[in-house]
Amino acid sequence: MIRVVVKRLLIGVLVMWGAASLIFVIVRVAPGDPVSILLGPDAGQDQIDQLTASLGLDRPMFAQYLSYLGHAVRFDFGDSYLFGRPAMAEVLERLPATAELMLASTLIAVVVGLALGLLAGGRPGTAVDRVVSASTIALQSFPTFWVGIMLILIFALALRLLPSAGSGTPAHLVLPAVTLALPFTAIVARLTRTSVADTMREPYIQTARSKGLTERQVLLGHALRNSLIPVVTIVGLHMGGLMGGAVIVENVFAWPGLGSLVVDSVSNRDYQVVQAATFLIAGIVMLFNLVADLVYSQLDPRIRLEGTS
Amino acid sequence: MSVLVDARSGQQVAARRAHATRRWLGRIPYVVLALYAVIGGVGPLLIDYDPVHVSLDDRLLRPGSHLSTGATAWFGTDGVGRDVLAQVVYGARTSVLIGVCTVAVSCLVGVAIGTVAGYFRGWPDMVLARGIDILLAFPAILLTIVIAGAFERSVLVVVVALSATAWISFARVTRSVALSIRERAWVDAARVLGVRPVSILLRHIVPFTAGPVVALATLEFALVVLAEAGLSFLGIGLPNSAVSWGQTIANGKQYLESAWWISALPGIALSLLIINIGILGDQLTARYGRGHLR
Repeated sequence: MIRVVVKRLLIGVLVMWGAASLIFVIVRVAPGDPVSILLGPDAGQDQIDQLTASLGLDRPMFAQYLSYLGHAVRFDFGDSYLFGRPAMAEVLERLPATAELMLASTLIAVVVGLALGLLAGGRPGTAVDRVVSASTIALQSFPTFWVGIMLILIFALALRLLPSAGSGTPAHLVLPAVTLALPFTAIVARLTRTSVADTMREPYIQTARSKGLTERQVLLGHALRNSLIPVVTIVGLHMGGLMGGAVIVENVFAWPGLGSLVVDSVSNRDYQVVQAATFLIAGIVMLFNLVADLVYSQLDPRIRLEGTS
Repeated sequence: MSVLVDARSGQQVAARRAHATRRWLGRIPYVVLALYAVIGGVGPLLIDYDPVHVSLDDRLLRPGSHLSTGATAWFGTDGVGRDVLAQVVYGARTSVLIGVCTVAVSCLVGVAIGTVAGYFRGWPDMVLARGIDILLAFPAILLTIVIAGAFERSVLVVVVALSATAWISFARVTRSVALSIRERAWVDAARVLGVRPVSILLRHIVPFTAGPVVALATLEFALVVLAEAGLSFLGIGLPNSAVSWGQTIANGKQYLESAWWISALPGIALSLLIINIGILGDQLTARYGRGHLR
């Protein structure tokens, strides 16, 4: 087990090196050099030369790359020119808001998705199943940002039940969390449905039925636990998708998290923040994927990660 | 006796009807998609639209109102008096164009890389696996935002930015197909006969990827159109002169209280398109499979 974890961590380090390098390449290939962005159009030549030297941009590209990697290992991506302080500090400040949003969405998606999946998968082929299956396709097809705007239109503007933007109170969390959760709910529901429908064909379910248990007891007491395994995994594996959704949702609801920071920084060409944020997000996504893999093998003894058996 | 026969044939007729209904329902996506293609292709020829035209008399008109020019704005007008229907029609063209280009590029790249990795195994396969690991560490939309935001706004940049992640599924599926096909007898035979690897790939491996690739291409098209709309909603990627659903929806956000139609109607057009492509993609996937990977 330890060997597998170590091997996965090493691959993780490799992935993070690749991710950092990819960001470096994109930022360097992009037109517009950081010096002219920092100084503006009116700067004199000696000012430009001075800043170029102090940022190390006059050194060979490979030397710049090495020093970039050296700083990246220490989570140092330089100062944000927009905020005038370390980019990573700015990013870490925005992380809790995004984490809050993602946690709330995950809770909604798992609870509602499991319920829908159980309803549909317990009785495959029935009208309930068809309605659930059709609505999950629809939920996955709606563009997140449009759903968010429609929810604002209905619940904030027409019914005046919830605030349309901002953060701070639990009421502010409802609309963004629901918007972000909807496609995820559909994924969990579809997965649970398939998983439950498969489990219901297992011999031990037949045994439970022939003992005279009610269908509800069979479903909740026997089928649910084994159907949960893929759901636990998808929560870990979908972290990247959820993070991507958060980027859009935060912009719709003016939620002060990482996503709105990234979009603002990209628009303002504040590359220090872009680098810090993408690096951190890649790291978080990678860790969640790793944990999902490990938890998966622990939950189901039939599954063993390669290298253990 | 005759009553029995009648009853049975009645049942058969009913079953046949149900079957026919299902077959017709299965064709709805084709009809809807054809409609979008026609509207996106012909619509711009019939409807004039100038994205920088401002008509203050026609601001925020309800759907069905008459414009100052005498025409009818069936979908209403936006904050500077531009026709929303025209934006939906021109937006369809933009979305379909970008979707087709991106799917074509990522399909070519993905199939090439996937078949090579699956056929040769060894280090190309290793490099592909780790490369995909690295790209998947970023949420797809994030990488797209960073790439599209870093360069000058243009359709080409958007296509490249979207392709940067879209090729991965094509590579995965074709790799798994190539992995299984390379073990087949006729591939061995070709190898023994001294056929060049390139010819083996093109003539004996790539044709077998066609089914799964077509099924995947439809689903990817839906994802790409959604991602493009998301990008232009955020104001990244496309130049301001391009008409896009995402842009129209974003513009309508500030008028939600007084003019719901600006955001709502393009979103419905977009959702309908995505739902129908999704259904079609599921049908094709059920028919052709996804290769042998997952």
